[in-house]
Amino acid sequence: MIEMNADPQPLKHFVCERPFDPYSVEVVSPEQEKLYLASQWRMMWLRFKKHRLAVVASIVLAVMYTAILFVEFLSPYNLHSRNVDSIFAPPQRVHLFDKGEFIGPFVYAYDYRLDMETLKRVYTPNLEKPQPIRFLCRGDSYKFWGLIEGQTHLFCPPNGGTLFLLGSDRLGRDMFSRILYGMRISLTIGLIGVSVSFALGMLFGGLAGYYGGWVDDLVQRAIEILRSIPHLPLWLALAAILPVNWSPLLVYFGITIILGLIDWTGLARAVRSRLLSLREEDFCVAAELMGASPGRIIFRHLMPSFMSHLIASATLAIPGMILGETALSFLGLGIRPPIVSWGVLLNEAQNIQVVALYPWLMMPIVPVIIVVLAFNFMGDGLRDAADPYK
Amino acid sequence: MLRYLVQRLFVMIPTLLVISFLVFAIIQAPPGDFLESMIAEQQSRGENVNTEKIEFLRHTYGLDQPFYLQYLHWMFGTWDGLQHQNGGLIFGDLGYSFEHNMPVTDVIGDALSLTVIISLASVLFVWIISFPIAVYSATHQYGLGDYIFTFLGYIGLATPSFLLALVLLYFANVQFGTSIGGLLDPQYIDQPWSLGKLASLMEHMWIPVLVIGLPGTAGMIRRLRANLLDELNKQYVVTGRAKGLPPFRLLVKYPLRISLNPFIADIGSLLPELISGSVVVSVVMSLPITGPILLQALRSQDMYLAGSFLMFMAGLTVLGIFVSDLALAMLDPRIRFGAGGSR
Repeated sequence: MIEMNADPQPLKHFVCERPFDPYSVEVVSPEQEKLYLASQWRMMWLRFKKHRLAVVASIVLAVMYTAILFVEFLSPYNLHSRNVDSIFAPPQRVHLFDKGEFIGPFVYAYDYRLDMETLKRVYTPNLEKPQPIRFLCRGDSYKFWGLIEGQTHLFCPPNGGTLFLLGSDRLGRDMFSRILYGMRISLTIGLIGVSVSFALGMLFGGLAGYYGGWVDDLVQRAIEILRSIPHLPLWLALAAILPVNWSPLLVYFGITIILGLIDWTGLARAVRSRLLSLREEDFCVAAELMGASPGRIIFRHLMPSFMSHLIASATLAIPGMILGETALSFLGLGIRPPIVSWGVLLNEAQNIQVVALYPWLMMPIVPVIIVVLAFNFMGDGLRDAADPYK
Repeated sequence: MLRYLVQRLFVMIPTLLVISFLVFAIIQAPPGDFLESMIAEQQSRGENVNTEKIEFLRHTYGLDQPFYLQYLHWMFGTWDGLQHQNGGLIFGDLGYSFEHNMPVTDVIGDALSLTVIISLASVLFVWIISFPIAVYSATHQYGLGDYIFTFLGYIGLATPSFLLALVLLYFANVQFGTSIGGLLDPQYIDQPWSLGKLASLMEHMWIPVLVIGLPGTAGMIRRLRANLLDELNKQYVVTGRAKGLPPFRLLVKYPLRISLNPFIADIGSLLPELISGSVVVSVVMSLPITGPILLQALRSQDMYLAGSFLMFMAGLTVLGIFVSDLALAMLDPRIRFGAGGSR
């Protein structure tokens, strides 16, 4: 039981003795002020920087895209230079020390013999013959982007020797160089394809979202139909249309356009749903009342507010295209030699013998995985950053 | 419910019609046709060209007619007034395969049923694998297991399936002695169904199912995890926890049930993905399903064969979407009564 006859006097009102400044909440530190005044794009950048994985991925991609500018210089061999003496040579390891002595990066020459029982080519490193790799040297002559003649490579095979960092294929061509050349095609195909689907997605998504009504219904139905056809068979069928007598370069553009033609649906949906919610906003109604044309409202007023989202979705669409091209070329209906992409290279690794005997022919898969992962991570980061006020 | 069903049916039929038109336009698009290339080939080999037969084929299949008539012929067959005579996709006549020199139905026979079996098995695989992993990842967010599964999921998304197929095939051969290629051990091919044949099918099927299902599994885990996380952060869960509901019961009773929607709803996007995957994988593993035959048909412009396959794949997906929509409507009253989808 609680004692009821305690002192009935109320508690004295408590007043803190410390000085009080009613404006203290509104004082902002310089950092906060910087953040509050930051523009939308700056805030996105700050947000993006926090996503470590995305930053790393963007750096990887930046390096790769820079590298495709200088492929001829970076690769030790040309795309088509054959080495008849070293067919299906396994990767050569780069060493620094020979018998405990430092002689810089070098490789051991290969001794080659044909195993008469299994008819297998056997390569054994000859430990007596260290061959230093040459740097900034003259090697195979090339035409830089098909324009400027040159001979200088970043590094080349030793004099009289070979340098197959990732092995060689059935014609004795260097896999490493071919992967570098393939990078130029595989990486650009995603970009061009995405620009095609970006344009289509904006157009149709914009129309559907802005006008609504039957336009919206039509576009929605079209999207549903396109999405319900499996992509790969459709790509295959479309790729089979490309005439056989087209030049490989034309085929390349044809394939990118085909990839983009089918893939715009996702982007169109994103545009549509954003537009639907945005067009009810006051600033949009105001613009309309002031007599702005639909085109001006869409592109001048609405686009900027969701451009960031679009870029993020586009980034996430690129890996699908790269994988699509790889699969198409792997099946022999995509890019055609002499133009080389990673898929074309993998075309040679189509059977089980390759896995068993020449596993290094599957190396092009490694850059494919890296690029696809990098685009996914970067896209995730961008998507998180797209809405910096949340 | 009945209204919804009828409504969906009415959407499905025009969809299929539009798809059939698209498919026909695509397989018609390459210049020339199979007969022309066949004539050229026979002439180059110095053989006698059987003009009579070619003329007959050309006439029967209306290859000399304008595009829209060919389409109508392919789709609805020939009619004499109101009397249906022969042909027509909707009557089950898939046309004639010029390359194999027999009706398409005879060429594809088994391939279709095996494709359906593999697709269904892959869907099941995706469900069985992704469900526990997603629930675990969501309830242990940012735990070690979550990170590991997320990482594996990304790898699964990024690895082209054909390569995985090759490598797995190689290891299955080395480790378990599974015969390479095909879905059956050689002695069972063209035999009637028996227990042994079924066992052999099972033994061969796990690789394609695994390979085809993996990218879909990764996506499914991601979506289910995100859904469940959204649900777990809602107020009613907090209330339930505050009132002392046992954690397991709290999880299973509402959040899990609501977040299960994508399982059904995503069949629509899962099926195209699986079928796309199965085309590549079946070429690599030389499975007797649609992939290799489709590829060959596309290469040689065997248009009715290619068209039937494309139509079949699209039809399978549309049907899958239809079924998933119905199932979803039964599951979720919000959709049944048209109060906005939860997709």
